[in-house]
Parts: sequence; structure tokens; C-alpha cells
Amino acid sequence: MEQAFFLVLAVLSVGAALSVVIQRSPLYSAFSLIGLFACLAALYVSLQAQFLGAIQIIVYAGAIMVLFIFVIMLLNIRKDAQVLDKHRYLWVLGVPFGLVLAIEVLYTLSKVAKVSIDKPAIGDSQSIGYGLYTTYLMPFELTSILILLAIVGSVILARRDDEKEEN
Amino acid sequence: MLRVIVFAPLLGAIILGLFGKRLSERIIALIACSSIAVSTIAAFAAFAKLLAQQPDSAGVRRISDTLFTWIQVGAFRADFAFMLDPLSGVMILFVTGVGLLIHIFATAYMSGEDSYYRFFTYLNLFMFMMITLVLADNYLMMFVGWEGVGLCSYLLIGYYFLRDYANDAAKKAFIVNRIGDFGFALGVMLIFYHFNTISFIDKTGIASVFTLAANKPIEDLASTALFAGGLTTIAILLFIGATGKSAQIPLYVWLPDAMAGPTPVSALIHAATMVTAGVYMIVRSNMIFGKAPMALTIVAVVGALTAFFAATIGIAQWNIKKVLAYSTVSQLGYMFLACGAGAFGPAFFHVVTHAFFKALLFLGSGSVIHAMHHNEDMRTMGGLSKYLKITFATMGAGTLAIAGFPLLSGFFSKDEILWKVRSSTVLPGSLGTILWLLGLLTAAITAIYMTRMMVITFFGEERFRNAHHDDHGHSGHDDHKAHDDKHGHDSHGGHGGNPHESPLAMTIPLIVLAILSVVGGFMGVPEGLAEKFLPHSLHHYTHSFYAFLQPVISVPVIAGNGGEALAKDHGAELVSTILSSIVALVAIGIGYLVFRGKPLMQMPAFLENKYFIDEIYDAVIVNPLKAISTTGLWKFVDVVIIDGSVNGLAKLVNLTGSGLRYLQPGITRLYAAFIFGGAVFVIGWFFYVVVNR
Amino acid sequence: MVPLSWYLALSAVLFTIGAVGVFVKRNVISIFMCIELMLNAVNLTLIAFSSYYREISGQLFVFIVMTVAAAEAGVGLALVIAVFRNRQSLDADDANLLKL
Repeated sequence: MEQAFFLVLAVLSVGAALSVVIQRSPLYSAFSLIGLFACLAALYVSLQAQFLGAIQIIVYAGAIMVLFIFVIMLLNIRKDAQVLDKHRYLWVLGVPFGLVLAIEVLYTLSKVAKVSIDKPAIGDSQSIGYGLYTTYLMPFELTSILILLAIVGSVILARRDDEKEEN
Repeated sequence: MLRVIVFAPLLGAIILGLFGKRLSERIIALIACSSIAVSTIAAFAAFAKLLAQQPDSAGVRRISDTLFTWIQVGAFRADFAFMLDPLSGVMILFVTGVGLLIHIFATAYMSGEDSYYRFFTYLNLFMFMMITLVLADNYLMMFVGWEGVGLCSYLLIGYYFLRDYANDAAKKAFIVNRIGDFGFALGVMLIFYHFNTISFIDKTGIASVFTLAANKPIEDLASTALFAGGLTTIAILLFIGATGKSAQIPLYVWLPDAMAGPTPVSALIHAATMVTAGVYMIVRSNMIFGKAPMALTIVAVVGALTAFFAATIGIAQWNIKKVLAYSTVSQLGYMFLACGAGAFGPAFFHVVTHAFFKALLFLGSGSVIHAMHHNEDMRTMGGLSKYLKITFATMGAGTLAIAGFPLLSGFFSKDEILWKVRSSTVLPGSLGTILWLLGLLTAAITAIYMTRMMVITFFGEERFRNAHHDDHGHSGHDDHKAHDDKHGHDSHGGHGGNPHESPLAMTIPLIVLAILSVVGGFMGVPEGLAEKFLPHSLHHYTHSFYAFLQPVISVPVIAGNGGEALAKDHGAELVSTILSSIVALVAIGIGYLVFRGKPLMQMPAFLENKYFIDEIYDAVIVNPLKAISTTGLWKFVDVVIIDGSVNGLAKLVNLTGSGLRYLQPGITRLYAAFIFGGAVFVIGWFFYVVVNR
Repeated sequence: MVPLSWYLALSAVLFTIGAVGVFVKRNVISIFMCIELMLNAVNLTLIAFSSYYREISGQLFVFIVMTVAAAEAGVGLALVIAVFRNRQSLDADDANLLKL
């Protein structure tokens, strides 16, 4: 039962990923990506990581993709089929390389040791919060500073030059 | 003490070189002559001291003056040091003495030249180098002087450097000399290899080459000995050096062309001193030569052939200086013939007497040329005995001396050589007799051409009166064309006036040298003659030359060819002397009679063209070398190989760069693809290693 | 029970697709989205491990990764806007000033 659920979600996510890569219009890619996030969120929940599944939807699909779509619409991007791709050979280069990489990684991952542990799997907000504020306090604080940097940085980068002259 | 002799001329050269341009002619002349005079006086003083010295255990008298140890590397030691022994003592006396006379002559001869100071700078420099050569106490110092005189010869021959002919002649002299120097250098190296020393005398720390050589066995008389690397090879290599410096076959070709330099240069360098350096060197190395019969034979044969060969050319020349040049080559041949026959003493005696009369003849010809407004062609001379009385008398004395007129200096030296060749204790079989006959024949030809020269120049009709329009352009190698216009002789009314005798500064040296040419022979009278004709009390003086030199000159004896017995036969010696006197007188007579009547008698063309030797050398050696250098080395090696590889390297770098340029195409996606590819590769490699461990 | 290796295989496939997409797509925003795809694949791996080894630290790591991804998205899009203002084009091929 669970395996069927997994297979369905897996197929959906792979399909969404392929759609991201193959679609010409960035907007359609964005939508496909949102779909992918949804599938992944479902997978997370099936792995007893409920908190993160929720976070995935809220942060990724809700904030980051919205930002992407804002930017896409702001910049009024057309389909990039207008100009012929001068470097079509990259497709030819990419697919075999990709296959090679996939095979390598699969091969490695198949060597991973299989264990079974008695404890139940957990992923609720209590355990995450507990870990975050005790063992992993330092990364937490640093991440907050990182977000601050990101905010300041993006404001400066995206600002118009005529604002400077007003000062 | 000896250093005064050496460095006085150097000081003169430096002063004249640095300041000469601003000094007047009189001051320049004063400085130049006084530096040589200082040297001469010091030489005589040193010689007197040498005579007063007690001989040491080996009977040798010597004065040494070491300045410092110049090179000391392992066993090789060459001191910057001078040595006066009998051989170098006699040599230094006449080098400085004749040098001084020539300097005095030149002060008047070169008067009016621009760059007067340059001439005397070079001449003083030459004296310094020559004295270094003579007084050196090891082979390396001698080589320094050897090269130095070659350099000064180049500078002085090319004194009129605005003339192509003079430049070419100077280059020819230097280059041909250099070929000989190569042999000399190899010989010195081989000497060091054998004896671990290159010093002439025993000193603390090093031995003398000659005392060591005296202990070596006599080598074989076989051509294999030449290449065996022993004493014969050394001797032959040294002789090659001597052929270059002293103008023997095959390296004599530079001497006739060296007449392009001013006449005092020809007198000093190419008659009295530099060219005899080769003979001096061989006489100095007599110990080595004495053990190498094959080398001695070759020296004798080359000397005899050169003497004969040059004499035959000399008889056909029209330029007065060229006649004397070939005469020098011929007389040098006599000296080498004597050396080759083992008669080092007589060879050196001939060096001394030759210095006297050849310098005299050259200076005399300078006087004639001066009177003829720098015309050297004898065809436009004649009848000058009326006008140039002192020159005529002195040159006459010189001619008689060189021709071997009895009782003059040349007679004693040449006769002794011929006798020693005949009675040689070194030359094999009857080679001595053959060379003796050749020497006699050459003596006859010598007398003939010298008489011819005198007759054409001083007797007969005054051809210079007819030819005065083109006496400048007439002669083949008139080297004073451009210079003549500045010459201070316009006051003599140009071409219309009579030739006049030269000033005192020129005639006094002539007179002094003439006296020496006449009486100088009496210090080396051969034993046989002295016994028969002179009272016993005078024997000490008449034999003084040979006795004085005896400690440093050995007489090699290679037993078994009958020479020893013959040498002691005074009767045969007397016969030989009388024979050579008769030959000389008859030849002088023939020369006078033939050329008095027909002064312009044409000689065979191939003699006048010096057997086309220069042309042959050109075709066989010079032009092929030039062709090889041009097409081979220049066009191929330099342009194709060297330039090609350097340019090719640049092109290679260029190509590599062009190729590598494609790594930076500016296509961002391609960069990302490269990163991806690299990552794939790295991951794969790691996993392969890790998983397969 | 879904074996661990299935999740890992899925993650590998998603990662590869994202990686290929990075240099195949021309639009810079599309490239960015493929990068996000790769990050998500890694997230999946981490959560799978966390679940199977009963460790909470995997999920914590994913938490941090998400935060960083958000920050990165913000700054990156700001960059894209700045580049667009200068070049008036979002084609990655047009950023070729480094060409030799």
C-alpha cells in the first residue's frame, strides 16, 4: 500500500521535474516546480516529517515560488523560442552526462548499509524545535544573520540608480 | 731593473695615446724617441751587468726580474717576469738599438702627417710588446708579446686606414698570423702536457722546460714521430707558429702586402724585429728541437725552399719595397734553414746582422721614396746617385752586406750558415749537401736582385724626369697618394726640381746602420777562418758571439751521418767560404752588367705575379670558405635552423594560445556544463576508488 | 515498508534532471529554478535518511537548507533584475563579455 503511494508520487515528481526542464516558457516551468514541491511535501509527510512537509509548502511553494513568479511577470518575459539556440549541442552533451551521473549515484546509494532501528520515527514540531534550540542553536543564529544579509543585499542590488542621486 | 726596459715604451705609448692629439710634432717626437732611448740605455746597462756576472754552475749567466705571479692553477704557473740571459740579452740590444734609430728616422719621415701622434703611439706600443716577447721568461708571456706585436703590426700596416688596400693588407697580416698562432698555442699546451711547466728557467716551485727536455731521448727520424704527440709534435707546432710570424711557406703571403704601411714600419717590424721573433722562439726552444730530427728536417727544407722561392719572386718586382719584402722572406728562410740544420748559433747571428742591413736597406728606401715624393716604383727612378749621395753610399753598403761581399757582416753570417748546413750533424744523408747547393744558388739570386735594385734606382738615366706627370698614379701600389698633398714638400718647387737628400734625422740612422753592417760581422768569425788568418790574440773577440751564446744554445748531434767529421775539417770550410765569396762577387758583377744596360728588362710574368700564389689561395681557401659561410652557415644554419626554431617556438606558443582560447568562449552555459562534467568525473573516480577498496 | 533505496533513487533522478537543466536552459530564471530542483532532491535524501536512521538531525539540516535556499532565491532574483536592467535580456548567452 505504502509502496503504491510512493510510486505514484515518484512518477508525478519525476514528471514535474522533466516538465520544469523541458518547458519553454519560464512561467510554465514555475508552475511545474510548484507541483513538484507539492509532491515532495507529500513524500515528506509519508516519511513522518510532517513539520517539514508543512514548511515545504509554506516557504517554498508559498514564498519562494511566488517571488519567482513576481519576477517573471515583472520582467515580462516572453517565450524564449524567438531566437534559435546557438548551442543545441549542449543537449547532446547533457543527456549522456546526466545518465552517467545517475548511474554513478544509484550505484553508490545501493551500497548504503541497511539497518532497522526500534525507535519510532518522529518529525513533529516539538522534536524539531527541541533540537533547533539546544544542539543546533549556533546554525540557527547564523541562519538568521544570513537572512538579514540576504535582505540587505537584495535591496541594494535591485534598487534603481536614480535613488542615489536624490541623496 | 729589467722592467724599465719593458715599461718605458709603454709609458710613452700611453702618454702619446692620451695626450698626443694636442701636442706639437716636436714634443711627440721627443717623447717617443726618449722613451725608446731610456729603454735602450737600460738594456745596455743590464747587458753590462750580465757580462759582469759570474756564470753559475751550468755556465749560464742570467738576470731575472719577477713582477708577480700572474697565473697559478694547479701545476700551471706563469709569472709576469722577465729574464735576461745571453740570448735575450743580445736580442734586446739590437731590438732597442735599431728601434731607436728607426724612431729617429721616422720623426723626420712621417713629419707632416695628420695623426702624427697615432703613429708613434702604435710604434711605442709595438716596442713594448716586442720587448715583452724577448724578455719573457715563460712561454705564456712570450705568447702575450707575440700576440701583441701581431696586433701592433695590424694597427701600423693599417695606419692609412682610409685606404682599402691598407686595410685589407692589415687584415691579411693579422689573420694569416693568427693561423700560425694557433699552432703555437697548441705547441705550448702540449709542452705543458709533457713537462708540467712552461717556464724557460728553473725557479722555486717550477722547473725549466729545457732542463727537462734535455733528459728526453732523441726521437725517430720518421713521419710517424710528427703525430706521436711527443717532442717532434711540439716542435712542429711551434714551427707552424713561426711560419706565421716569420713569413715562411705557406704563411708568408702577408709580408709583401704589409708594405702598405709606412716605411719605418716596414723597417722596424717587417725586417728587424717582429719577423725575427719566430726565429728567436725556435732558437730559444733549441733543446726541444734538438731531440726532434724530423722536425728539424722539415724546418730546414721549408726554410731553404722559402729562401729560394722568395728570391725568385724578388728578382721580378718593380716596387722597391716589395723587393726588400721578398728579400726579407728569403733571408728568414736562411735563418730557418740554419735552425733546421742544427746551427742555432749561426741562425741567430744572421738575425742580428740581418737586422742591421735590412733595417738599413728599408730606411734607405724610405729616404729614396721621400725624395721621390712617395713614389715607390723603380721604373720611374734612376740616376739618383748624383743627388742622394749619403743614401746611395749607405744603401750600397747594405746591398753588399746582404749579397755576401767578403768581410762584411752578411758574409760571415751567411757563409757560416751555408757551411753548417753542408756539415750538418742533424740532417739525414746527403740532404745537407743538397740544401747547401740550394742555399748557394739562392745567395747568387739574392746578390743579383739586390744589385738590380741598386742599379735601377741609382744608376742610369733619370727616368723620373719623364714620368713626373703620372708618378702618382703610375706605380701599382703607391700608398701615399692622398697623403702626398699634405706633405710639406711643396716648397721644393713640385716636380720640376731635383731630388734632394733627406734631412739629418734620416741620414744619421742610415750611417750608423751602415757602419754596423760593415763591421758587425767581426764578432762571429767562424773558427776555421780565424785560425788561418787572424792572430791568436784576437780569437777571443772574433769568436765572442758564439762563445757568449754557447751556454744557452746546444748543438744537437744525431750520430751517423758523417757531419761530425766534416764539421771539424777546416780545410773544407775554407773551400766553402771561398766558393761562396766567388759566387757572391760573380753574381754582383752579373747583376751590375745586365741591368746597367737594360734597367727595364722585363722579368717572366709568373715571377712578377708571385707565382699567382695569392690567387691560388683565394680560389682554394678563401672563396670556398666564404661560400660555405654564406650559403651554409648563414643562409641555412642561421636563417633556417636558428631563426626557424626561435620563430617556430613563438608560433607554437601562438598556436597553443589560440587553441586554449576556446576554453573561454564567454558562453556561460558552457562553463556550467564544464563544471558539471568535472563533477561527474570526480564523483565517479572517488566512488570507483572507494567502492572497490 | 518502502525501502530506503527507492527514496534515494528518486532523489538521484531528480538531482540529475536538475543538473542537466542548469546548463540546458537559456533563461536565467529557468536556470535558477533548476537549482532549486537540485536542492529539493538533496532535501529528500536528507529526510529519507533521517527517517530510516531515526535521527532528528537530518530534518534539522533540511530546515536550515530551506532557509538558505530562500535567502539565496531572494538575492539571486535581485541580481537577475539588476542584470536585466543593464542588458535588457534574460538570455544566458548574452552575458558573454568574458569572451576572449
